[in-house]
Amino acid sequence: MTGTDSLPISIAGITKRYGEVYALDHVDLEVRSGEFLTLLGPSGSGKTTLLMALAGFTRPDSGSIRFGDREIVLTPPHRRDVGMVFQNYALFPHMSVAGNVGYPLRLRKVAKAEIAARVGQALETVKLAGYGERRVDQLSGGQKQRVALARAIVFRPRILLMDEPLSALDKQLREHMQIELRQLHERLGMTTVYVTHDQREALTMSDRIAVINHGRLMQLDAPRRIYDRPANRFVADFIGESTFLDVERDGDTVRFGGRGLDIAWMPEGDGAVQLLIRPERLALLTGDAPDGMNRFEGRVQAIVYQGDTALAYVALADGPEVALRAGTRTGTAFDRLSRGDTVTLGLHRDDAVLVPVDGAGER
Amino acid sequence: MIAVEHAAADTAPNADELHRQSDRERWAMLGLASPAVLTVLVIMVLPVGWLFYLSFIGESGGFSLENYGRMLESKAYGRIFWTTFEVSFLTTGICILLGYPLAYFLAQLPRRAAALCMLTVLLPFWTSLLVRTYAWLVLLQRKGLVNTWAIDLGLWDEPVALVHNMTGTLIGMVHIMLPFLVLPLYGAMKAISGDYVRAAANLGAGPTAAFWGVFFPLSLPGLFAGALIVFVLCLGFFVTPAVLGGGKVIMVSMQITNNIELFFNWGAASALGVVLLAITLGILLAASRLLRLDAVLGGGH
Repeated sequence: MTGTDSLPISIAGITKRYGEVYALDHVDLEVRSGEFLTLLGPSGSGKTTLLMALAGFTRPDSGSIRFGDREIVLTPPHRRDVGMVFQNYALFPHMSVAGNVGYPLRLRKVAKAEIAARVGQALETVKLAGYGERRVDQLSGGQKQRVALARAIVFRPRILLMDEPLSALDKQLREHMQIELRQLHERLGMTTVYVTHDQREALTMSDRIAVINHGRLMQLDAPRRIYDRPANRFVADFIGESTFLDVERDGDTVRFGGRGLDIAWMPEGDGAVQLLIRPERLALLTGDAPDGMNRFEGRVQAIVYQGDTALAYVALADGPEVALRAGTRTGTAFDRLSRGDTVTLGLHRDDAVLVPVDGAGER
Repeated sequence: MIAVEHAAADTAPNADELHRQSDRERWAMLGLASPAVLTVLVIMVLPVGWLFYLSFIGESGGFSLENYGRMLESKAYGRIFWTTFEVSFLTTGICILLGYPLAYFLAQLPRRAAALCMLTVLLPFWTSLLVRTYAWLVLLQRKGLVNTWAIDLGLWDEPVALVHNMTGTLIGMVHIMLPFLVLPLYGAMKAISGDYVRAAANLGAGPTAAFWGVFFPLSLPGLFAGALIVFVLCLGFFVTPAVLGGGKVIMVSMQITNNIELFFNWGAASALGVVLLAITLGILLAASRLLRLDAVLGGGH
């Protein structure tokens, strides 16, 4: 099953309107050949509509979609030759596992012996060798997921689409499957477009993430860039935990509560900005601050214990409340904190991220 | 630790009272069901039992199998059973041919439009069976609307015998039975997730292949359920064949009436009833082995 070629996907000006609402608003997106790209967004953002347009189940109002050099926006779904894994698997209940996996090959009039061989191979790829004769309703959720995957790759499509394939699994299995899907992608190498609303899943699996909201592309970047350098307030807010502090910007200097801040990276333009604070990027300072640390004084309002980590809510001297997250190891300064304590928080200049107030995310 | 020891000492606090509570609830439920249970007992079980008893009473007034023997000997009875099955079979077949596309069409419509169309399917249900049957008589007779219009349009020259025969019986029966097929079938089709057909298309199946390979097999339980209901109802049907068959289409139910009204032979009528009941139960039993009976009773899904 190795050596499957892949194709790039080129989406240009895809628009889909339902009444007054744009489900897709002139979306342009280039998916590189062989990459694992995730469409991430809240429900109703248009990510699923975009995937359905790629599969051919939603007819856009206008725009162009090309698989490689081939324009497919007018091609009916059954001639698009893309594999797809559905959210609820959509395994045919009246067929066995082998019947399901062999279905696309039977439609392509592949010889019987070869079908058997390729079905066996595909089941082996998803670690279900020997399950061919089982009935679909005898499988667990994770196994159904694998069968759906085997069925989607058995005819060697060069593009694989996945619509929240792991959302029905419990947390542990989901995390396990994330790694497995990722490894499978590395082995098969087909261009993969993956839809999810789970930011952690997107960060774990993707080569690049396309954050989508209101039918528009908010940011397209590698996971680290998306998290560390969000292009606008929507992306910053949607991914990770975040608190925003109002800061004054004057050219290249940024002030909070009258004091200048040390910031490594300034966004372009000179519009109003806010300082993004992520709880895990804050440090509890004791004694002298190391170089490059911005200091904030405050008082602990509440502590929420969450097992592996805990959150301390700190009201800054100048008003707003920020959260500080740290591990729960015994004996640390963080472990000894209690309500009412006065603390000094540090934010490294590389972790101090400014986002435009009127980001393109608002509408 | 103290709490645990305490609980262990008093092994089951409140157990007796909790037990009594659940018993009281059960009796209350039975009390609510008792009117229905009594009614079924009095107007169903007792009369059927009485008929069963009567069927074994001969003309001499003693125990006898002559009522059943007559059925085996007489050619007329054989023909009546044959007609009954023929009408039931044809009605079911025509209902499937008409009802499947209709149910499919309804299942594809958006919810609101489907509800409206379903109303037109259900509307005849709320009209008296007798009224509908006589309406067909008026429409189908020699000088009826159908013949007059067809002759005016030049479809045929002479009035065609559309009623008082098998044709008329089937037209009326199909009209009355169609909702019984469409309703469970529609339910079954609605329960088929659109993702199955989409998945088939994604895997390379054109619309025809996707229908026959995926949708049709998945709709079969609903189709069986509807067809079974229609077939079983047809077996015992009386009014429509009596009115539209014009005495030429004699089904078991009509022979039962004849035995009672013309010959005052309760024993013969009872025996026919028992045989019809046995055949019907036999068919239901056989069908329930092929498909789960709850699918039939629960609307096919």
